[in-house]
Amino acid sequence: MRVGAVQAMGLIVQRELCLSFRRPDQLLQPLVFFLIVTTLFPLGLNLQLSLLRDMSPGVLWVAALLSSLLSLDSLFKSDADDGTLEQLALCGQGLTVIVVAKTLAHWLVSGAALVLVSPLVATALGIPSAAFGTMLLSLALGTLTLSWLGAIGAGLTVGLKRGNVLLSLIVLPLAMPLLIFGAGATDRAISGVSPAGALYFLAALCVFTCTLAPFAATTALRITLE
Amino acid sequence: MNTATDGLGVDKVHVWRGDRHVLKGVSVAVRPRQLLHISGPNGTGKTTLLRVICGLLRPEHGTVTWRGNSIQSARTEYQAELAYASHEPALKGDLTALENLRFAVGLKRRVTLAELRARLGVTGVGGVADLPARVLSAGQRRRVAMARVLAMKAPLWLLDEPYTNLDASGVDLVSRLLQTHVEKGGLALVVAHHDLKVDCDVRRLVLEP
Repeated sequence: MRVGAVQAMGLIVQRELCLSFRRPDQLLQPLVFFLIVTTLFPLGLNLQLSLLRDMSPGVLWVAALLSSLLSLDSLFKSDADDGTLEQLALCGQGLTVIVVAKTLAHWLVSGAALVLVSPLVATALGIPSAAFGTMLLSLALGTLTLSWLGAIGAGLTVGLKRGNVLLSLIVLPLAMPLLIFGAGATDRAISGVSPAGALYFLAALCVFTCTLAPFAATTALRITLE
Repeated sequence: MNTATDGLGVDKVHVWRGDRHVLKGVSVAVRPRQLLHISGPNGTGKTTLLRVICGLLRPEHGTVTWRGNSIQSARTEYQAELAYASHEPALKGDLTALENLRFAVGLKRRVTLAELRARLGVTGVGGVADLPARVLSAGQRRRVAMARVLAMKAPLWLLDEPYTNLDASGVDLVSRLLQTHVEKGGLALVVAHHDLKVDCDVRRLVLEP
């Protein structure tokens, strides 16, 4: 009896989570990086709370983007290296199902985890708790969009030996709108202005990538598999 | 004519890898209850041919048909009917042998853990089913990969050097499994450098450099 696409995706997400928790170092590395980078800024800057508060949305977002990039490289690479990617590609579900499931699982262990620890960082950076809601929402939308953009880049660079530099070069320019509107939303929430416009734009970007990036990433991966 | 309406047909397939003309017009047909033994010196494109037949690699020229239809037209449905074992065992080192099977076979068909455990038993690795694949020996990993092929219950088997790293009993086991599969109406394509000890309808394809 054949397995439905949703069930197959559930199984792949389960597989990815299982693999991530067997390797807690890889799971924790981006989070620790995020925490350390955001802690370095207040240490390096003049200790003025007002200055820190002005800069904190940008610092938070740059650190979030960079730490998400750390784990993107291994999205398809580890499976490609041990041959399991071919097995997944031949499972009779179509490559798109695999790409969607793997990207969602990647977001759960990198993006969602980052969103969860962000209040801790925000407190350290002096972001008022009233802005936490906007910050969490914008980070959730932003990291999900980034996972999708990253999936395209990871699909293109999976066959390269040192693909991670190229991956950053492909993904970071595309992630600039995220940085501008994500940091903008948080900044507006801190100054008490409605962040709705920036959040709508982030949500639109998120929907845009969620619907189109799976096909782009699948095509990229198919080209590299050949 | 190389188009088999009830089996697999490969018709004048050409593949270039960069400047190298790897497959030069390969044509072959395999019907159910037949085994195709692919051999040839290193670098003559045996693995490339299997990858083309899987649908992982699109040939520059020529077609591959399954039951009379081009595999490109219904690739996903076709791939659901094949079991491919590459020359590497393709196991996740951090997952146990049983989990490896569960996540690979479970995508193809609904399967219980008890059944997968039984398949591992058939290939002689039932005792290490709950050990991470990275601690298994090369031969044991090969046996786990063979259990995965078996558990997929696919009509078409594509095995790339399935005898590598196996001891004498392992070689016998793979031959026996191949024979049973073919006798039950399956098709098998096997890349191997030595003669296959199977008693069934074996066709040979020798790739020339």
